[in-house]
Amino acid sequence: MATMGSTVLHLPSGPTGVVGKLHPTVLFNICDSFIRRNDQQERVIGTLLGSFSVDGTVEIRNSYAVPHNESLDQVAVDIDYHRTMFELHQRVNAKEVIIGWYSTGSGVSASDALIQDFYGREVTNPIHLTVDTAFTDDQANIKAYVSTPLTLGDRPLAAQFHEIQLDLRLVEAERLGFDVLKMTVVDKLPSDLEGLEGTIERLQDMIDTISRYVDNVIEGQLPPDNAIGRYLADTIASVPRVNSDAFDKLFNDSVQDVLLVLYLANLTRTQLTLAEKLNTAAQIV
Amino acid sequence: MADGNPPPMRSFAQAASTEEIVVPSRVVQIDGLVALKIIKHCKECMPALVTGQLLGLDIGSILEVTNCFPFPSRGGEEEDEVEADGANYQLEMMRCLREVNVDNNTVGWYQSTYMGSFQTVELIETFLNYQENIKRCVCIIYDPLRSGQGVLALKALKLSDAFMELYRTQVFTGEKLREKNMTWKDIFEEIPVKISNSALVSALMTELESDAPATQCDFDRLVLSTNPFMEKNLEFLIECMDDLSMEQQKFQYYYRNLSRQQVQQQAWLQKRRAENAARRLSGEEPLPEEDPNNPIFKPLLEPSRLDSYLITNQIANYCGQVNGFAGQSLSKMYLMDAFHAD
Repeated sequence: MATMGSTVLHLPSGPTGVVGKLHPTVLFNICDSFIRRNDQQERVIGTLLGSFSVDGTVEIRNSYAVPHNESLDQVAVDIDYHRTMFELHQRVNAKEVIIGWYSTGSGVSASDALIQDFYGREVTNPIHLTVDTAFTDDQANIKAYVSTPLTLGDRPLAAQFHEIQLDLRLVEAERLGFDVLKMTVVDKLPSDLEGLEGTIERLQDMIDTISRYVDNVIEGQLPPDNAIGRYLADTIASVPRVNSDAFDKLFNDSVQDVLLVLYLANLTRTQLTLAEKLNTAAQIV
Repeated sequence: MADGNPPPMRSFAQAASTEEIVVPSRVVQIDGLVALKIIKHCKECMPALVTGQLLGLDIGSILEVTNCFPFPSRGGEEEDEVEADGANYQLEMMRCLREVNVDNNTVGWYQSTYMGSFQTVELIETFLNYQENIKRCVCIIYDPLRSGQGVLALKALKLSDAFMELYRTQVFTGEKLREKNMTWKDIFEEIPVKISNSALVSALMTELESDAPATQCDFDRLVLSTNPFMEKNLEFLIECMDDLSMEQQKFQYYYRNLSRQQVQQQAWLQKRRAENAARRLSGEEPLPEEDPNNPIFKPLLEPSRLDSYLITNQIANYCGQVNGFAGQSLSKMYLMDAFHAD
């Protein structure tokens, strides 16, 4: 915090309403560039691309590393590189704009203020993302900050970094499956049926948990929670109540449709193989 | 038991001239990063089809893909501009990536597809283009629509060697294909895909894994509505059938012409022989039995079978998709039945 002087010190007030949403590609990119850094560098710096939305949320979609040189009191960032890469990325996706920058390593250091300043010239309120790759505190610390300048009258003194809320939007990672991403090597991508099997197992687990909870509440071992009870009742009620005949008819119809299409597809395949055998057998003079 | 002399050293020229045996790649190892980037890029640009370049390393029988970047989409500009732009973009991108120590080696390209309809002649030509410079290149096909069903539809394809040689000769007649014993299945080879992650990334992901017992992927998989997907698949299948029947008609036309031509040739030959017999009787020179200038002797071009091969491949693909999808929907429906019984 800055010291008091004879002029009024302006301090920011109120919580910052900015929320950041992080896409998994960015995380992977950062880790990858950290692994590939030059030997002398301790940390990696790069630009974040994304979009600002109207209600104050910032979506962080993409990133690229920028070579930089850091010594005790000086920081040099390769601006040309940063500009060139930005242009290249713009060509692919014009909607992604510069929204801030990232660095690996925990916490915020003194030179960050300078870099924040530089990025402040590109966009009004740059976001600073730190990814703790050294796992200090035994935790994966991913934090995002916005900065406000501290001014003493007219002179800029320092920049204060506030942490903002960061939302991890891992939908795409989920698509690949966390199992695939957790291991260092996965030998085979799971096929359709295996995936479905996994899903159904998880569904079964969930239902088991719920039924155990309900049993416990009935026996009096656990205190009943009205909110949960109501939620459960709603969920079960959302299963459509169709009387048996109608359901049977619906079920049979759908099963028949699917079987018909399946039969047709297999027939086509057999026909193709047969035709090809005949082609090879026939000798045209 | 030692030999008297050590084996003779090969001269440098000899060593340089021996051909390197290209080991076919047996596995493609993709980084989690690459898979995520491909998914993101293809999903963002849906329904447009997009392509991008794959970078990585080629070691032994494993083709490692460690990074990728997307190509800008063409916006209906002139052909020349787009070509130059594209090449420029590629060079710039590779130069920049090299500065941050990313592998600078192109190993292939990826493209998104719509419902599995990717077998076109352009794909083959792009393959050949790449193959000239790179010994083993691979194409990764990603289907964002099928992935909406909860399946990760990522595959790695390569042109089979036999097919590449055949393509270079540009002759696709029935005879040639029978010689090489090539069926329509042999055009593309699918290579199994492995995913690898760095230790840092896997540690991070383990930490970040959400605690919810079900993921969005699960919700996608359990959706019961089967109709839209089936309908689209069948639509494409029917279109392909139409194309195939057109190709068949072309062949029939060719065969009809061929047989007609042969009949004509026979008739002409008969006439000639009769004439010759008459001439011999009258003591004149017999006319040659062949007349290369006569148009009925012109050999007819057999239409290329490449298109029909590609189409049959496509059809087989669709059928496979329908199969897989039907299996899943049947299981889901029986599940619903079990629910209802309770």
